[in-house]
Amino acid sequence: MSFDLTFVWAAILAFAVFAYVVMDGFDLGIGILFSTFKVGGERDAAMNAIAPVWDGNETWLVMGGGGLMAAFPLAYAIILPATYPLMIAMLLGLVFRGVAFEYRWRDPRHRAFWDAAFGLGSFVATLAQGITLGAILQGIKVKDGAYAGGWLDWLSPFTLLTGAALVVGYALLGATWLIWRTEGPGRDHARRLAWWFALGTLAMLGAVSLATPFLAFDYWRRWFAMPGLLFTGAVPVMTGIAALTLFRSLARGHDWLPFLMALAIFLLGFAGLGISLYPYIVPRALTFWQAAAPERSQAFMLVGAVVIIPAILAYTGWAYWVFRGKVASDGYH
Amino acid sequence: MFGALDAVVLARAQFAFTVSFHFIFPAFSIGLASYLFVLEALWLKTDDPLYRTLYLYWLKIFAVAFGMGVVSGLVMSYQFGTNWSVFSAKAGPVIGPLMAYEVLTAFFLEAGFLGVMLFGLKKVGKGLHFFATSMVALGTLISATWIIAVNSWMQTPVGYEINAAGQFVPGPSWWAIIFNPSFPYRLVHTVIAAYLTTALVVGAVGAWHLLKDKADPAARRMFSMAMWMATLVTPVQILAGDAHGLNTLEHQPVKVLAMEGDYDPSPHGAPLVLFGLPSNAEGRVRYKVEVPKVGSLILKHDPSAPLPGLKDFPRDRWPPVRIVFWSFRIMVGLGFAMLGLGLWALLARVCRKLYDWTWLHRLAVLLGPAGFVAVIAGWVTTEVGRQPFTIYGLLRTAESHSPLGAPAVAASLLAFVGVYVFAFGAGTYYLLRMMAKRPEAAESEPKTPQRAAGITPAAAIYGDGDPA
Repeated sequence: MSFDLTFVWAAILAFAVFAYVVMDGFDLGIGILFSTFKVGGERDAAMNAIAPVWDGNETWLVMGGGGLMAAFPLAYAIILPATYPLMIAMLLGLVFRGVAFEYRWRDPRHRAFWDAAFGLGSFVATLAQGITLGAILQGIKVKDGAYAGGWLDWLSPFTLLTGAALVVGYALLGATWLIWRTEGPGRDHARRLAWWFALGTLAMLGAVSLATPFLAFDYWRRWFAMPGLLFTGAVPVMTGIAALTLFRSLARGHDWLPFLMALAIFLLGFAGLGISLYPYIVPRALTFWQAAAPERSQAFMLVGAVVIIPAILAYTGWAYWVFRGKVASDGYH
Repeated sequence: MFGALDAVVLARAQFAFTVSFHFIFPAFSIGLASYLFVLEALWLKTDDPLYRTLYLYWLKIFAVAFGMGVVSGLVMSYQFGTNWSVFSAKAGPVIGPLMAYEVLTAFFLEAGFLGVMLFGLKKVGKGLHFFATSMVALGTLISATWIIAVNSWMQTPVGYEINAAGQFVPGPSWWAIIFNPSFPYRLVHTVIAAYLTTALVVGAVGAWHLLKDKADPAARRMFSMAMWMATLVTPVQILAGDAHGLNTLEHQPVKVLAMEGDYDPSPHGAPLVLFGLPSNAEGRVRYKVEVPKVGSLILKHDPSAPLPGLKDFPRDRWPPVRIVFWSFRIMVGLGFAMLGLGLWALLARVCRKLYDWTWLHRLAVLLGPAGFVAVIAGWVTTEVGRQPFTIYGLLRTAESHSPLGAPAVAASLLAFVGVYVFAFGAGTYYLLRMMAKRPEAAESEPKTPQRAAGITPAAAIYGDGDPA
């Protein structure tokens, strides 16, 4: 093999996770904000803004789980038991949210109940994802290649902070998506929300960024040692530029720029995460290479992945194109 | 009260619960996809609008069942890691890629063709639409093939190597891993089971509407088609089951002996135990009703052929005999009930009374859920019969589970039961409501797409205000 299969799979997995965060992030965010919208037209429009795409977005989560097991079985076998209650809460939140989405239209008499279930399911799933991220960053107790901690090791002030940060961040994505895709009073409401959640996201991002280097590991060395600092220093600078652009575009009532800038902030946060973690998949316990499945497994799967992932991307892009433009409260339904 | 063993038992209960719930939906949608393929093919060939009516009627039901199958499948793709992490770490290099292919093919098929199949009848030509239906039907079969390959490898593992870390890693040939010894038998038996399950549901819905109105043309057509399946395919399934049993006897004799309730070896031909209460503690089947020699006749096709007994094998390789013994009898009993239905329907057809004999229709309604029960019972037989191993003979279940305490697993099991019963119970109720509505000549297409890609197309069917 002339190229490093494990690196390729690490890249594919990172892409799948980011694709998931980008795509499911905004529709989970709309779920989180859902109860603040007025019953009736505003809520229906918010729902319609994600109706055609939300569950296609979730397919990336299945891809992430399946890909992790197949390409990095040891990491899969350590991270999932370590975050057991979070994983279960996330899955149940997503199931609940998914069916609530369907049944709200089906059963108008119980719509208030299903709306509440939709919001709660979105919130629980997001919080669980954020805490999981923090749990990975703060480190997982590993002994002899297996998880060696208790079932609540993931719980700490830091992980609660990352959990809250993701909730606020997804809410920002959701609000800016609604600015783009809806109109009228609902859109005005989304703009007011976007201001607050943009401030919140930046504050949270700052807090997580300040706390991370002082966790048990030598994260600070990667961020603050020369000459790496010339590169790592660019991340907060670019985040600042994206944030300024976001606020300006909100002030000017721009349609799509706020969402793109919110995405840019997420992408930079993701890059920061990569700087902290690489080359570890479980910090200081397991590198990508140590967790990797043998070459025969990775090569066999790569054949399918290079054919099918582009096809899925093309189809997803087409679906977004078909359903472009502003939606109304009675849009697709 | 919570020991290490309890955590394993709870994890097994959780897996059994979630996978059984999950399995119900694909068992139905695999068969239904092929039925839709047949209906559309007949419609294109004969131009008979009745086939179009039936196609659209079942298409809407298909979309809901498919959606619930994928949502419950999402849980499965994480549960290997959450609850069976040691198994995942050890077997991931072999079964992970097969499961990844299952995921990729399922999504590809759906991204590419399900949208067209559900919403494209007026947008693309008839030929292209039929192509989409064919691809969805083919895709469900490909998905089933991958997942059965994984399961069969766990039953009859071959083609692997063991590396320095104690992991199972693929040998030089993936072909050997996929086409492991039990794979062809299990695949055929499972896919036919899915077809029969669907036929029984279609037959029950047809019979239900015939009981209300014997002249309903759509009900007559679907009932007749379903009864052809019951008449012709049930005998094939019994033969396939027999072949699968012989294959299991060769590779997993202990499982077959547990199914038969044979504790003691039978050097001069084993009896067929019809009923009884197996007891591992006493090492015998209490109150048993048996027919001499027939056990060997079925398993060896020779009434005097010797068969070993469970006592020929170490005690720590016995599965929970009572469960396997009874689940097997439930499956076989329902299989023969289906055969009875098929033969009675044949008689009615010969007498030209297929649409008149109301007791036949009542039996068909009664057996509507029989396929699901038989599929779950068969699944229990083969999976519990694999115990006490996850990878048969190589990795014990007690050594496969995650390092989790019993309280954590107990809490998650309760949460799963609560959410599943509530969420999928509601979905099943909606499905039954759709089936209770009689097919109309002007059967509508599913509502305008709310989405073009995704894992739960159900909402598209339930447009706001849709009475379906």
